[in-house]
Order: sequence, then structure tokens, then C-alpha cells
Amino acid sequence: MTIQSRKFDTLIIGAGGGGLRAALQLARADAKVAVVSKVFPTRSHTVAAQGGVNAALANVSPDNWHFHMFDTVKGSDYLGDQDAIEYMCRAAPKVVYELEHFGVPFSRRDDGNIYQRAFGGQSQDYGGDQASRTCAAADRTGHAILHSLYQQNIRARTHFFDEYFALDLIKDEDGYILGALTLDIESGEPLLIEAKTTLIATGGAGQLFRTCTNALINTGDGMAMALRAGVPLQDMEFFQFHPTGIAGKGMLITEGVRGEGGYLVNADGERFMERYAPRAKDLASRDIVSRAISVEIREGRGCGPNKDFVYLKVDHIGADVIKKRLPGIRDLAMTFAHVDPVDSPIPVYPTAHYTMGGIPTNRSGQVVVPEMEGPEEPVPGLYAAGECACVSVHGANRLGGNSLLDILVFGRAAANHIIGHLQEHRYHRQMDKTAIEKALARLKRWEKTGSGESVPELRTELRKVMEEHCGVFREQAVLSTGLEKVKLLKERLQGARLKDQSKIFNTARIEALELENLIDIGIATVASALARTESRGAHSRVDYTERDDASWLKHSLYFHDGRLDYKPVRLKPVTVDPFPLKPRVY
Amino acid sequence: MRFLIYRYDPDKDAKPYMQELELETIREDMMLLDALHELKALDESLSFRRSCQEGVCGSDAMNINGRNGLACITPLDVLKEPVTLRPVPGLPVIRDLIVDMTQFYQQYRNVKPYLIVHDPEPEIERKQTPEERDRLDGLYECILCGCCSTSCPSFWWNPDKFLGPAALLQAWRFLADSRDQAEEERLEALEGPYRLFRCHTIMNCVDVCPKGLDPTNAIGKIKQLMIKRSI
Ligand SMILES: Cc1cc2nc3c(=O)[nH]c(=O)nc-3n(C[C@H](O)[C@H](O)[C@H](O)COP(=O)(O)OP(=O)(O)OC[C@H]3O[C@@H](n4cnc5c(N)ncnc54)[C@H](O)[C@@H]3O)c2cc1C
Ligand code: SF4
Ligand code: SF4
Ligand code: FES
Repeated sequence: MTIQSRKFDTLIIGAGGGGLRAALQLARADAKVAVVSKVFPTRSHTVAAQGGVNAALANVSPDNWHFHMFDTVKGSDYLGDQDAIEYMCRAAPKVVYELEHFGVPFSRRDDGNIYQRAFGGQSQDYGGDQASRTCAAADRTGHAILHSLYQQNIRARTHFFDEYFALDLIKDEDGYILGALTLDIESGEPLLIEAKTTLIATGGAGQLFRTCTNALINTGDGMAMALRAGVPLQDMEFFQFHPTGIAGKGMLITEGVRGEGGYLVNADGERFMERYAPRAKDLASRDIVSRAISVEIREGRGCGPNKDFVYLKVDHIGADVIKKRLPGIRDLAMTFAHVDPVDSPIPVYPTAHYTMGGIPTNRSGQVVVPEMEGPEEPVPGLYAAGECACVSVHGANRLGGNSLLDILVFGRAAANHIIGHLQEHRYHRQMDKTAIEKALARLKRWEKTGSGESVPELRTELRKVMEEHCGVFREQAVLSTGLEKVKLLKERLQGARLKDQSKIFNTARIEALELENLIDIGIATVASALARTESRGAHSRVDYTERDDASWLKHSLYFHDGRLDYKPVRLKPVTVDPFPLKPRVY
Repeated sequence: MRFLIYRYDPDKDAKPYMQELELETIREDMMLLDALHELKALDESLSFRRSCQEGVCGSDAMNINGRNGLACITPLDVLKEPVTLRPVPGLPVIRDLIVDMTQFYQQYRNVKPYLIVHDPEPEIERKQTPEERDRLDGLYECILCGCCSTSCPSFWWNPDKFLGPAALLQAWRFLADSRDQAEEERLEALEGPYRLFRCHTIMNCVDVCPKGLDPTNAIGKIKQLMIKRSI
């Protein structure tokens, strides 16, 4: 069969904040850029981000990027690479001012400057008083950013392929990435997009877990594509559980609620975070607050008839503040928890939220893999940025407000590196026919008919296994049965069949392709968690309760064949002195 | 619970039909989107768009018992049986509940929905007072779901000429922004009998907006500004 094909300088897979920030940089530099997204750009999950984006603007409390860097290193439980963290925190103010110039409707202070709120794990003066560093557009910051970036891309005439699903990267024998094979969801026809450089910006994999804050489209597609192309995934055992998802439902209640003065209470009405984090209390970092809630519930101090959640109390901050600063949260609480936070507390529970691990990259967004001799070499032509990537600035635990920053800073940095690359590489490399065949096989496989298991059932099982075997608290035996179970699901998926063989907008087929990806990410996550015999950040082992810097101050790398490897954490920043390892107390 | 759902797959159906479907157990607290997922588990060919499940991405606009809305924030227990689901009206159907939104997006692009500033950029943020920023509330929150424009009779008749409420709301969002410097070109682009003036204040748009936004008010504001500038 002949496959339609198109040629661009750069292919960006993903139209969330990461992809669109990169696209804008490239389009403004007159590169020919194609953005492929499986949903219309403004439906990407960045739209759901609520609380804000961190930058040391010092509009509210005294601040500078050194403080922000310290907090991020500490928040990461020292697994973050200090050079990347320095780069991100230094770039933050510039990146936020750019957003303002793009038109983002930030909330404002009386002096006309951008409003900044308090968020978890943010301090002044290296662990001192709470800092207000998180730049916000009410509690709809992600929406404001994503729409503004899309709007500026319209202006810059970026080429969009909306509702195209990326199937696989195309890689030639010399290891160059030549673009990707995509599927036009509406027509059901494949489209080959050839590009001199390809940027993966496909977001996270929250759909691994039964209860999560993530959209249904967050299935880790880009990570799985990278795995299949021979790239390992880094630090996949670190999955963030957000302390405050609506109990039993999962919709996120932003940390900004606690930043504006809300706090958690147990069944006794006790503000229990005072016991776990005497100083930062409810604004300790997320791993700590999530574990505290789990412990409260396990020890019988949960609220409600089944004692299975805690309350987030906000009414005391006043109806005016709630309506002005947290209107979206109020809507969500009323729609999904049937409470109006103006007068009642919100029932909450720790909920799967953010993929700290991902495709390993350097500070310029180049995807890097271990080579024979050195620890890492760039994969020619391949870049990654955003939640699918692991630079690593979040290490073992991400601070709230640092992900929007990550996607913007490294989306932009990747684009700048690509611009340089394009100046040196003016021509497309020869397309590799066999590589296309391999990618096409992913589609062909689902054309098999007959009886077989159903995709939704296998998906439900996966999400249940992940929640039961790889949740907030982890343990050897539970993890290893979990790993067997996920591997078995992978085998069973081979026998799954689609009844719907229509070409036109076949969403059942998309869900099948997504589940293939998700299962690979599940295996990577459980296998990495099983191997890491320490507790660090979000990875909490009941059988190894301490952080073990002597053996485990290193990044995990999981390969598609099941192999695990490790690489050192970069403890040396670019220009400043390193922050030395310390026990983490809040 | 009984459902009556518009079905059409151009790959195999000669023409659209209404399919009766039933869900035996309805859990308390279910949203319409949850029900659709369960129906899809029974018949995987049932097609609709969805993503965030919380009313922020704008994917799952559909016509629910005769009224446009988002399935993910429509509680089942307020719906009369059979729950009748159709694609939002006025746009070409691709399959089942999925419509081709090209014209809707095109009208959005037509209003230049981006901040235009001619002055050089400062090194820091441009100032905006809280009061100036307040003017954007009720405008910037649009999620481009299309519920409004596809319930507007003027848009049904002239989807290529009348901008429709969603695009006009965005036109006003930038006119209302104290930072924007393109008032004149924006207003000029809205002149003529169709683009703006086809709105006959029927108010369907306000009625259905799942985000509680008020395009009619925005349209009124644009008209006022035009009058103010012409005298
Ligand atoms: C509810 C919620 C609230 C949050 N609040 C905050 C906050 O206040 N502050 C903060 O810093 N962070 C927050 N986060 C985290 C942050 O929003 C995300 O990490 C970030 O937006 C991810 O952006 P991204 O560009 O990497 O990916 P996304 O925005 O997820 O975009 C992924 C893109 O990839 C596309 N894609 C994926 N797979 C394919 C494929 N196979 N083919 C084609 N396209 C594909 C999708 O269509 C989409 O366009 C929040 C997260 C959630 C879930
Ligand atoms: S008020 Fe105007 S825009 Fe809204 S539905 Fe009526 S005619 Fe359409
Ligand atoms: S104005 Fe309301 S109904 Fe119209 S597109 Fe925007 S959010 Fe949807
Ligand atoms: S699924 Fe996002 S608005 Fe309904």
C-alpha cells in the first residue's frame, strides 16, 4: 500500500503546554513545524492545571531563584539533577514574563503585578518562612496558559494535525529518528510525517491508576514509543499521589486551596498535619502529606461512615476569597462532591497525579541513552519535553507549580536546540522502508477479527492491579505479584480483539493502541519500584523505610526487554555550589 | 435506564438511525459520561469524544434531551427517560455523536483570538490593575466546547458568515483586555451585515453555556463600543 507522507523540519508530538511552547519558539524562528495531537490542542490535559506556575518574581514575598532551587532540590529528595534544576529556576521569571506577554490573563495584585500564591514545599531563605512563588490565573492557570499558547501559535501559523494519533517513531539503522507514523483518526488512514527533528511532548500516564486526577487521554503513549525505539525510561518508580483528590472520584482539588489558607482535618476535627510537619504543616511537600492522610485513615481516624477520607476545610477563608481565587474548585466540589466549600469541607483522598519519571533528556531536551563507555549520548534527531520527559528536575517528588514551569522551560530549551540543529542539518535523511513496516504492524495487529478478550476489561484490571500493588505504600511481596500480574495482562492483550472494524473515527481502536502503551508503562513502573530497596520521595517502601544514599542515590533506567540499569545523579549545578544531602524535614 | 442514541457510521450505515439502549444498574452519582462509557463497554462501536471528565477540556458537547451540554458534568438523575442523545446540531456529523467542528474553529480563528501589542515588550510583566483584569472574568474561561454556537439559529443558517457566539465572546475578550492594542482592526473586522450583526439576541447561547458564560452580553458590549466609536 502507498502511504501518504508529509515533510517538515520538526515534528512535535503533543499539543499540551510543552509541545505548544516549543512550537511557538520554532514557528517564530521560521522553522517548518508540524504539531500532531490526538485531541484538539486546547483539550490537552495542561488545560486542567489549576494552582499555578512557580517563578521567583518576588511580587509577594522576598525571593530569588536560589531559594527556589533549594526548595526544588530538597523536594526532589535529592534525586533531582542540580544542573537542570538550576537552569529551570533561573529561567523561570523570564518564562513567566513571556507568558504574560503572550496574553495569559494572570490574576493581579493591587500594584498591577502578577499575583503569586503560597504552595507546598516553597520557602524563603533556604527552608525559612513560607514563600508565595506560584503565579496564578485564579485556579485556572493551566487553561489560561494552554489557550494563550494555542492562540499565539495560530498567529505564528503553526501547522496543526488535530486528532492524529502517533503510532510509532521511525528509526533508521544508524539510530537516527526520522519522524513518526501517525493515524488520521477521522479517516482511519495512516500518515507518515518525515522530520529532521522529532520532539515528544505527550504528557503523563496517570491512567495507569484506577483513581487519578488525569484525563482519559493521559496514557503514556510517547514514553512507550520511546521504549519501543530502544530508549530506556528513567525513574518510573516515582509516581506522585496528590493529597487532595475528591474522595472516591479523583478530580483534583489544587494545593492552592491550602495555599490560600485551607487545611486538612481528621475525624476528631484535628488539624493533623501539625503532627507530621510542625513547620510547613499542610504545605509540606506532597509525598509527605499523602502519606500522612493514608496513615490517619489506616489508624482509624478517617472521616465519613466508612472512615475512608479526610476533610479539607476552607470555609474559614471566607466566601469572597473562595469566589475570587478558587472559582473552579468551588464548581468542581459542588458538581462532584455535592458540597459548597463556602460552608462545608471537601472530602479528599490521595490520588494518582503525576509521572515524575519518563524519557531521559539533557538540559537541551535531547533524548539521551547510555552508551558503551559514557553514561549518556544523544539519540540523533530525538527530543522530549514535558511530563513525558525526565530531565530530571523533579527527582523523587515534584513540587506543585514546578510542572507547568518544567514544560515551558524545557519546551523552549528543546526548541532552541532544535533551531541550532536545523541550521547544521539542512536535508532530510533517506526514509527507511522497513522501519515504516514495523510501525504499520501496530495497526495491522488490530485488524485481526474473531473472539478474544475485550480492551476495556483488560484496562480495568490493569488500573486495579496498579492501585493495589504499586500505590502510596509499597512492599517486596506485593510488588512482585503485581509485576507478574501486569506481565500476564500484557500476554492476554495479545489475544484481545476489536469488534469495531470501522475506519471512521474508531475510538475503540485508539483505546486499544493506548492500552498497549499503558501496559508497557505499567511494567516499567512496577519493575523499577520492585528493584529500588529504599524509601525516597514518593517511593515509599514499608520494608525499607529509610533513604539509602550510599546505595540508591542514582537514577533507574528501565529498558523494553526488562533490563534495569542505573546512572548517577548530577549533584553539581552549573554555576553555584551544590546543595549537600540532608535529611528532609518540613 | 433507557437511552435513545443517534447512530451513524458512514463506513457501514446508509443513513443515520436512533438506537435504543438500556443500562440495568445505575449507580448513585453517575454522570452521563459514565453511562456512555458503560454503554460503550457493551457496544464498543458507540463513538463520542471525551477527555478530562470534569468539564474543562470541552470535548464532550452533545445534544442531551434536546439541549446542548457536556456529558461529563450532566448528572444522570436529572434526565428524563429515554435519555435522547444526538450530536450537537448544525455541524456535519462524522460518526455517531462526533461532529466536524472545522467551521466552528475557523470562526474562532477569524476573530484573531490572540493578544496584539505593538509597543516593545518590557523586561518584566506589563501592569494591569485588578479592576482591568476583572473585565476578563466571564470571557477567558471559554473551553471551546461549541455548545453555544451550535444552539444558535443564526449560526445554523450561516456558519460560514456569522461568527457565532463563541468566537464573538473571544473577540470581546481581546477588545476588553487593557493590554491589547488592536481595537480598531478588531472592530473593523466585525463590520458588515453578517459577522456580528446576525445575532438577534435569541439568547440560546447563554442558556446552554456549561461554564455559565454570557456571549450575548459580550456581543452587546461590542455593539456599544462600535456605536461609541462611530460618534
Ligand atoms: C488536574 C491537574 C492539575 C494540575 N495542576 C498543576 C499546577 O497547578 N501547576 C503545575 O505546575 N502543574 C500542574 N499539573 C501538572 C501539569 O499540568 C502537567 O504535568 C502538564 O500540564 C503536562 O503538560 P505536557 O505538555 O507535558 O502534556 P499534556 O498537556 O498532557 O499534553 C499531552 C499532549 O500529547 C498529545 N498526545 C499524547 N499521546 C499522543 C499520541 N499517541 N499521538 C498524538 N498526540 C498525543 C495529547 O493530545 C496532548 O496534546 C496538574 C495536573 C493535573 C492532572
Ligand atoms: S444571542 Fe445571538 S449569538 Fe446567542 S444564540 Fe442568539 S443569535 Fe446566537
Ligand atoms: S462560550 Fe460557553 S458554550 Fe460557548 S464554546 Fe465557550 S464554554 Fe462552550
Ligand atoms: S470530558 Fe472534558 S469537558 Fe467533558
